[in-house]
Amino acid sequence: MSVASIPAGTVSATVPKLHKMRMARRLFSSLGWATTGFCLALLSILMLWILAVVAIRGASAMSLSLFTTITQGNGGGLLNAIEGTVVLSVGAMLLAVPFGVGAGIYISEYRQTSWATAIRFLADVLVGVPSIVMGYFGYVTMIDYLGWGFSVAAGSIILAIICLPYICRTTELALEQVPNALREAGYALGAGEWRVIMRIILPSVLPGILTGIMLALAISIGETAPLLYTAGWSNYLWDGRLTHSPIGYLTYAVYTFINEPFAEANALAYAAAFLVTSFVLLINVLSRFVFDRHHQ
Amino acid sequence: MKFRTLLAIVAGVLPGSLAAVVLFLTIYSWPAIRFNGLEFAFRNTWNLGNLYADPVTLGGVSIQPGAHYGILFLIVGTLLSTLIALLLAVPVGVGAAIFLAEAVSGKFRLWISFCVELLAAIPSVVFGLWGYVVLIPFLAHHVFPLLAGTLGLAIPIFGGETGSGYGLLTAGVVLSLMVVPLIAATLRDAIVVQPATIREASMGLGATRFETVWKVVLPNVNKVLIGATFLALGRALGETMAVLMVSGNALNYLPPNIYAPISTMAAFIVSQLDSALQDPTEMAVRSLAEIALVLCIISVIVNGLARLMLLAWSPGRRLAR
Repeated sequence: MSVASIPAGTVSATVPKLHKMRMARRLFSSLGWATTGFCLALLSILMLWILAVVAIRGASAMSLSLFTTITQGNGGGLLNAIEGTVVLSVGAMLLAVPFGVGAGIYISEYRQTSWATAIRFLADVLVGVPSIVMGYFGYVTMIDYLGWGFSVAAGSIILAIICLPYICRTTELALEQVPNALREAGYALGAGEWRVIMRIILPSVLPGILTGIMLALAISIGETAPLLYTAGWSNYLWDGRLTHSPIGYLTYAVYTFINEPFAEANALAYAAAFLVTSFVLLINVLSRFVFDRHHQ
Repeated sequence: MKFRTLLAIVAGVLPGSLAAVVLFLTIYSWPAIRFNGLEFAFRNTWNLGNLYADPVTLGGVSIQPGAHYGILFLIVGTLLSTLIALLLAVPVGVGAAIFLAEAVSGKFRLWISFCVELLAAIPSVVFGLWGYVVLIPFLAHHVFPLLAGTLGLAIPIFGGETGSGYGLLTAGVVLSLMVVPLIAATLRDAIVVQPATIREASMGLGATRFETVWKVVLPNVNKVLIGATFLALGRALGETMAVLMVSGNALNYLPPNIYAPISTMAAFIVSQLDSALQDPTEMAVRSLAEIALVLCIISVIVNGLARLMLLAWSPGRRLAR
């Protein structure tokens, strides 16, 4: 009845209109996919562009003498910087791992406490504090107040504080994967908190925690700003002193030597950038594999 | 001592560090805060004074004659470069997240996602290097003249002198590249975990796949997008090395157009500490500490807000960097 009541002209007018609307919607969808696809392609291309520049210019600056000689003026090698980066990062990890893992255990195993909630939140806030602010804090406290001078100790402590929240949060994420039955079984057998956590839970998520530590290591290797006014820079190898002795590191070489008007200095910067980027990406790829294998 | 108590104390290192940073920066910069007053944020005069003259006492503190500290140009530079970074990064990040979550499938998605996340792992000094060596000449010779010749005719801030390539827009582009993985990865995770039922309902009503993503799924995750944008904002505000290497490090200068040199609060601390140390009254280093304190407080607020939003709104927590 209702169909019959529609005048003949309306139907013939609606069909092209619907058709037009469908074309418009199809066009919108195609344009949408094209635009979003373009965004992803753009990101991938830029990423490859950066890596290609670092890889090509870095690889051509590579030589054996980079690893055997120290920096001299605008040339020489990077042995002092490589050694310094290793010393600073290892120092930072030695400080950050016990505290970071401990804090991670606390906020995971005692998550119902308000202290744990506060720490979880503050860890996330601490991640966002700019690294230069950390560096200046280190300068004010350790270089100025304590009078340590540019030093391994100051640089490592600041790097450790920067790495702490990452280790803490990845430890927590790893511990969350442990089924509660494991904890209950431990307690049921009469084990105390210490034994349950250190002997049962922690060993079962070691790969996850190691992943977090490796990512933190990558961050400490790639940092520049917090070290400029805490570790300083030195053309020489580390003399073994924790204070009153500045130390070199690779990221400083990138920042400084690229600004020099000498090809020799620029080559050092490219080589240093190549080493830092390779380290950092290698660590990220490795930790991804460790993590994936652990989760499968 | 109970193991639990020991762990609670160890965990206290995190809030302890944050408190120590704020506390010591405040104590150290206190003379500067008193001397500079509120005008610190509104004046355009970073001037160490006459370093060869004897210090004079002014308002109870000792300074070099003629010393004035105002950081309006830094605040402007920081805000504008961050704004440009977000204007570029948010649309691209959203687009990449949509395409990754909806159009790329299986193993391919894992690999491309991983590549996008790797972008976030590249150290900032390497971004700076790339910006300095590749992007600056490219933008200065090809893109900026083109922009000035087209957009510049209609919009004044795009017109005028295009300069050497060091400046606001370059800093914004590099910053956007550094924060875009944050937005893309967080948003992709949120899109992937959206329930299949809302997609099925939408497509059952005759929507195309893209309409489903754009009009049904995306509005569902808009709060995650806001949270991720805040995280990106926090990171862009505090980014140091890359900005230092491409911004042109302007001093006491407000950018007349989008190509002009700028400096940001974070980059300025690095570029000025050496000269600030020449001031025997220490007012310059203390004023730098005041900048660091302001930057610290801003980033604590921005990141705190971002985390609260993500915590309240998103189903899965994620360690974003």
